[in-house]
Amino acid sequence: MRKMTTALTAGVLALAPLAAMAEDSSDPIVIPIHNWSSQIVMSNVVGQLLEENGNAVEYVTTDSQAVYESVRLGDVTLELEVWEGAFGASFRAAMEKGGIVDVGDHDAVTREDWWYPMWTKESCPGLPDWEALNACAAVFATAETGDKGRYLDGPVDWLKHGQERVEALGMDFVVVNAGSAAALWAEIGAAEADKRPVVVFNWTPNFAEAVWPGEFVEFPAWEDGCDKDPAVGPNPDALYDCGNPATGYLKKAAWEGMEEKWPSAYAVLEKVSFTNPQIAEMAKLVDIDEMEPEEAAAAWLEDNKDVWESWVN
Amino acid sequence: MTTETTSLPAERVAWTNGQFALAFVGVAVFLTILQYTGLLPGWLHRLPETIIPNFAGWLDALFNFVKDDLGLLALTRFLTEGLQWLLDASGNIFFGKRRWPFVGPIPWTALAAIAAIVGYYLGGWRLAVLGGGTMVWTALIGQWDIAMQTISVLAIAAPLAFVIGLSMGIAAWKYAWFDRAIKPILSVLQTLPFFTYLLPAVIFFKVGPTAGAVATTIYAIPPMILMTTLGLQKVSPEVVEAGKMSGCTKFQMLRHVYLPSARTEILVGVNQVIMLSLAMVVLTAFIGMPGLGAKLLAMMGSFKLGRSFEIGVTIVLLAVMLDRMSKAWVVKQPEHFEKGTVFWQRHKMLLIGIAAFVAFTLISLVVPFFAEVGRGQDFSQGKELDNLIKAFLNIEWVKATTGFLRAFLNVQVLIPFRNFLLSIPTPAFILLVAAFALALAGRKQAILALIFFSLVALSGWWDRAVITLYSVISAVTLAALIGLPIGIIAARSKKWATRVLLICDTAQTFPSFVYLIPAIMLFGITDIAVIFSILIFAMVPLTRYTIEGLRTVPEEMTEAADMSGATRMQKLWNVQLPLALPTMAVGFNQAIMFAFFMVIIAAFIGTQDLGQELQRTLAGTDLGKNFVLGICVSLMALTFDLTIMKWAADKKRALGLP
Repeated sequence: MRKMTTALTAGVLALAPLAAMAEDSSDPIVIPIHNWSSQIVMSNVVGQLLEENGNAVEYVTTDSQAVYESVRLGDVTLELEVWEGAFGASFRAAMEKGGIVDVGDHDAVTREDWWYPMWTKESCPGLPDWEALNACAAVFATAETGDKGRYLDGPVDWLKHGQERVEALGMDFVVVNAGSAAALWAEIGAAEADKRPVVVFNWTPNFAEAVWPGEFVEFPAWEDGCDKDPAVGPNPDALYDCGNPATGYLKKAAWEGMEEKWPSAYAVLEKVSFTNPQIAEMAKLVDIDEMEPEEAAAAWLEDNKDVWESWVN
Repeated sequence: MTTETTSLPAERVAWTNGQFALAFVGVAVFLTILQYTGLLPGWLHRLPETIIPNFAGWLDALFNFVKDDLGLLALTRFLTEGLQWLLDASGNIFFGKRRWPFVGPIPWTALAAIAAIVGYYLGGWRLAVLGGGTMVWTALIGQWDIAMQTISVLAIAAPLAFVIGLSMGIAAWKYAWFDRAIKPILSVLQTLPFFTYLLPAVIFFKVGPTAGAVATTIYAIPPMILMTTLGLQKVSPEVVEAGKMSGCTKFQMLRHVYLPSARTEILVGVNQVIMLSLAMVVLTAFIGMPGLGAKLLAMMGSFKLGRSFEIGVTIVLLAVMLDRMSKAWVVKQPEHFEKGTVFWQRHKMLLIGIAAFVAFTLISLVVPFFAEVGRGQDFSQGKELDNLIKAFLNIEWVKATTGFLRAFLNVQVLIPFRNFLLSIPTPAFILLVAAFALALAGRKQAILALIFFSLVALSGWWDRAVITLYSVISAVTLAALIGLPIGIIAARSKKWATRVLLICDTAQTFPSFVYLIPAIMLFGITDIAVIFSILIFAMVPLTRYTIEGLRTVPEEMTEAADMSGATRMQKLWNVQLPLALPTMAVGFNQAIMFAFFMVIIAAFIGTQDLGQELQRTLAGTDLGKNFVLGICVSLMALTFDLTIMKWAADKKRALGLP
């Protein structure tokens, strides 16, 4: 026990704050890692870029919603994938509290909406039109939903408003919320075995596109205000009567103090921008080619020198 | 449980209690009937929103005050720095993090050799094979690095829990007031859902391994305290006398008399600390704990069943290895040597260990394979396992069975049962629970049940609490229907008892997340999938304690039954089961506690209960709401815990069992 106390004291002394410097601090830049492949590889890619830049880098596994609080406090230095649909709300809430800055968008679009794997089309040929989907609602029925079809929405805390849309458009569907992304994959995976038709919440860019080819359902196109003004969209009395925006942003965010502490690394982060195909490629290296994330990142950097060389001085 | 003293003869009390309980049930039934006939006013069915106190808001204000104004955050952040330094050092040793002391990583072969030698020292060849084998499996399956990331944190968190638990245990034994103060806190801590540990851990100790270590430590401390106190209380007066006669100082008494005498209990506490730490491996991954848990979540996120299954196996192997070794350590008595035995003979195993360590470290400098198994060299069968699992789920009869269960059990039984529970008016529900506590345990438990459930109602999360309870009750009932017969059959022979107990150990340590995916693939996102995943977990203690209860029935009793010519069934029903019942009740109680634990995890399948709301709070900083939800779960679990344990204790005393 005595040893432990000595060690503790020594630890505290060793970590006494270093004097501020004009150059990049030698403290490690902490990059958060979440539980989906493209984000993990992208974090490793940028981490290796920053190491190239002369910074020390460390990775930490965090929850993808809780991370914004950590960025705000400076426990985590940056976040590479801020999805408009999934994390926009958490990001904006953190922005309001202060401590986090917007470092610009990737050259990529994100989309999240009702989606089906390709085999579903065989039992409902009218797809991807939403009215056709509604016409064959019975095909999607389960033991629990009776005659109505079942739509599997994302976890409630993703706030996807599936229920509101079903009501606004008068669809014959029951909305069931999955508890996690893994639960969505399990349902698609189970349906794949006997090519059972399913319609679930999904998004792009995502590894699932490579494993199960599929399409988004085409709802009445998104118009600004569809979530705030009942008059917008086909149903004059309801909100959420259109599809989600087909071109959501994918942002980078950073801790407010990053620019001052690691100015050169911040400059690199500002230039970083990936496209949809590049992100899909990163995910593929891990999900299909079974590489470890750090190897995948190294391989991607090796093959795409022309993309990133101008980002690092 | 403390024993209730009463001047009334026991029988009369039981009778009045029974009458009270019946009256409670009567009122509850009456209220429910009123509800069905539509005569019940709304405010009696559910508490009106307006009178629900804003617990969450008050708690938030309190937390903010303690955190910022009292400077707790500054203090914990200061401690975090120290912890971080320890974790960095152990990270360097185990997986080569670039921090002081810059010596690591230890080659896997060297660690495997050490594990085998420690195993041999503690428990002979079998443990040596288990220890070395676990390490070799981990390395060859390509999980060495992530396993060591996990170990590097546990190597700090578990000793920390041990030291804190031991000191608090000693304090609780020395000072009665401390014991009284800490008991209720420990009960709550042991029933609090882990999600409630996670959020404060992140806020106060920074996301990452530090928060992971802190959450693990807090989770693992309670049994250590309880076991230490228990052990110290049991030290026999003769030993204490002997210590006093040889003129020990106070500290010497503790160090050389009390602690060595309480060795067995303390080591059981150590075993518990290790097992609970391992149980947190996956859950702490949500707050930045690196290693096996984080990898498992990532694998599940990209639907790689095989790889996540392999990680599960590694965690089980590590748990079984550490469990068996620490249990062997409990049994192993300290060795004593003749005076004058030479150094190398006294420390033979230690020297062999050092020699093997040095040898393998040197070899690994020349042969890289001995230092690290690279990607592509490993023997992971992830893809093949994927196909195997998918093929199993696609067998016709499996699909037919699950289809039937879904159509019958879910639609005909579970969903109507849930709707019925939800239709019961809140006051009636509370009365029913109180009646249950009164009939089984006594007035004190009934009053506590009344208070606890009223608090749940006041929290404003009543419907969700009822749904949580519904999953727990359904799962435990089904678990009893399956687990008890298995236990009874297995208890017939020693061979089968050992086998089934091994399966129980495995099921308990296998990370529950791995069940979730097959559960969904079998049953879809439905209540059945939720209940199925709880069921696996809840069956373990039911089966284990049934076996234990039946096998510890005094031999005289079974012999007497045999002599009086009882058939096997008669013996079982009239002799063995009644005598085993108190022990089985303990198992039943644990099953309920496990179910409360698992029902929260099942939020990842998709539920509408407290777990779902708790999961939602993880994303933000709603400490107040997070705490209210956690306490709701804890209060419900505690009600059952207090009632059933009191009943079991009474029954044991009545039967004259130890």
